Amino acid sequence: MRHLLTTKHLSRDAAIQILDVAEDMADVANREVKKLPALRGKTVVNLFFEDSTRTRISFEAAAKRLSADVINFSAKGSSVSKGESLKDTAQTLAAMGADAVVIRHQSSGAPQVLAESGWIDAPIVNAGDGTHEHPTQALLDAFTMRRRLYNGQSRGRDLDGVGVVIVGDILHSRVARSNLWLLETLGAHVTFVAPATLVPLGAETWPVAISYDLDATLAAEKPDVVMMLRIQSERMNAAFFPNAREYSREWGLDDVRFAALPTDTIVMHPGPMNRGLEISAAAADSAQSTVLEQVTNGVSIRMAALYLLLSGDREALL
Amino acid sequence: MTVNTAYLIRGATLPQGTRADLLVQDARITAVGTNLDTGSGLTVIDADGLIALPGLVDLHTHLREPGFEQSETVLTGSRAAAAGGFTSVFAMANTLPVSDTAGVVEQVQALGDAAGYATVRPIGAVTVGLAGERLSEIGAMAHSRAQVRVFSDDGKCVHDSLLMRRALEYVRTFDGVVAQHAQDPRLTENAQMNEGALSSELGLKGWPAVAEESIIARDVLLAEHVGSRLHVCHVSTAGSVEVIRWAKSRGITVTAEATPHHLLLTEDLIRSYDARYKVNPPLRRDEDVRALREGLADGTIDIIATDHAPHPKESKEAEWDAASFGMVGLESALSVAQTALIDTGLLTWNDIARVLSQTPADIGRLADHSHCFEVGAPANFTLVDPSTTSTFDLARLAGKSTNSPYLGRTLSGRVEYTFHHGYPTVGAAAVRPADEVATAAAAWKAGN
Repeated sequence: MRHLLTTKHLSRDAAIQILDVAEDMADVANREVKKLPALRGKTVVNLFFEDSTRTRISFEAAAKRLSADVINFSAKGSSVSKGESLKDTAQTLAAMGADAVVIRHQSSGAPQVLAESGWIDAPIVNAGDGTHEHPTQALLDAFTMRRRLYNGQSRGRDLDGVGVVIVGDILHSRVARSNLWLLETLGAHVTFVAPATLVPLGAETWPVAISYDLDATLAAEKPDVVMMLRIQSERMNAAFFPNAREYSREWGLDDVRFAALPTDTIVMHPGPMNRGLEISAAAADSAQSTVLEQVTNGVSIRMAALYLLLSGDREALL
Repeated sequence: MTVNTAYLIRGATLPQGTRADLLVQDARITAVGTNLDTGSGLTVIDADGLIALPGLVDLHTHLREPGFEQSETVLTGSRAAAAGGFTSVFAMANTLPVSDTAGVVEQVQALGDAAGYATVRPIGAVTVGLAGERLSEIGAMAHSRAQVRVFSDDGKCVHDSLLMRRALEYVRTFDGVVAQHAQDPRLTENAQMNEGALSSELGLKGWPAVAEESIIARDVLLAEHVGSRLHVCHVSTAGSVEVIRWAKSRGITVTAEATPHHLLLTEDLIRSYDARYKVNPPLRRDEDVRALREGLADGTIDIIATDHAPHPKESKEAEWDAASFGMVGLESALSVAQTALIDTGLLTWNDIARVLSQTPADIGRLADHSHCFEVGAPANFTLVDPSTTSTFDLARLAGKSTNSPYLGRTLSGRVEYTFHHGYPTVGAAAVRPADEVATAAAAWKAGN
């Protein structure tokens, strides 16, 4: 693997290797000096065509902990918003000597176009493209699940037999897609729960169970993990559902639904949360919630990805 | 080589399979037979193994001039047409200014006449500025020197039901036809590719088949109600074929076209996010391709039309959402048709002559069109070598733009000669120079 573009095309061995390297990286975070010299002299560019402060600073922290130099290129307010093409931007970064490009783009497939264009030879990390994929998010979610389920005995383990219910706006969610492909590869079984308007057309051909009824699913599946997705207010205007109250009643993890969950059920959310809409404060702040662990683990996963892509023989490592 | 040159085409295979010599003099076919005499002053072309087809007619071409000359001009687009064996092209109205007045359509026609590579027949816009709000001056365009008979807002759908009804009625006054781009605009806002499991996986906004099928269903019922004829552009789904088959069974006067790319390519190519495969309507599923082929074979689909849509490089070297819709198709159309339809045994060469020449000429009311190499017919024809199989490459393209989805793909057949009004526009598989063709065209016009 030369790039990290998708989880769809990530093998089980490659995925577990990234998760295991991330365990090593997590150990670094517990040291007094949270820094490794591995990428000294390398330049990592965060090329963000779409605002996402959380993801950008997570990649920035990861690169800096590996001693890389970081350039943040926000396309908003730059020449890109004045009509500069992806090609010109990529060639400019190549000319400046970027060793890796972390790209967030509103167009699905833009990272793949960048990787295959020949405009730039550096490894490309997809930090979220349109409604396509967000592979580092899925990896950090799997990493978080592994740590919670296996209590420090995570290394080398997959997620065989783990039940994961993902609730919310599947249609527009690159997180849901990347999670599905990775969790399937790692042996977990996944259920999507959403109103029919927010289930992607053709998803019945994917390796996933689909349900419209959250209560019935939680009762029947007794899942190990419930992952709530962010619901965006503009979806209401586009007639995907009538209003926030109805959504929350039918598909929100409210206090009643949360209280009914077994105490070992893991509650996840990729953030940022709409408290009171898709998840109640009690659920979000509970001991079962991994919301902040996910943020912490995100840095470890991104360190692992950058390390594997940038140090030594990329082909052999992944 | 001028229009006064006489040509003897020796031993060509006619569409119905018989061999014949063709004598071309004064822009007409003057004799058809075997062992025609080789008189002095004749240029003899050995057509052994070549199939002679009546000059191909494309009812759906974007020549881009006026307004988008960086993509194509009437000259370069008609040159691409000649390279593909076409002798007539119908130029779509989405130019700038829009071809919605007599002035613009006469200009396009004059540019075509001057270039001489093909007969250029402008299509008039149905509505002013393609805005879908009020009818353009259809009568003025019909009565202009361009004698427009095909009206289309192609690129946009005439989606207002009342306006579509009026357009269908009004063009009948002038023996015209409305060529509809069937696409419900609300169902396809920001749509990027065929809607289904693949679009969901790739995260590209879906373009549902029903957005095309529902408009076609409405339009055939409107055409029936007002008794007008309707032409449906670039049919792309199996459901559309079903709707049109039903309409024809009811006796509704509807004709329909399929593009070469919808007859060969499927949505799976979009996994690459390579914007060469971005087109409107989008590439569909394998079962849609099969339904279109069967529709052509049983006559539900009447013609093949290219939807030749040139774009400059920068419009395609981009992320998928930002790239332009469209692909060039004139140069490759016949090879794609052979690969998809002849090599698969679905159509004969006689059928190809029907769907790529005779029927599009009839729908467009193309005057003086040779249907079957009868003596006295205008010498518009092409000679094709069906026996070659080769990798389609840049050398095969003759227009200004290179956004072909077939580059690097193996296709059957090759156009060896094209004759327009008795002079060659393509000779020995090479497009003739622009000045030579323009001179021949001027001489033909002077003698006509």
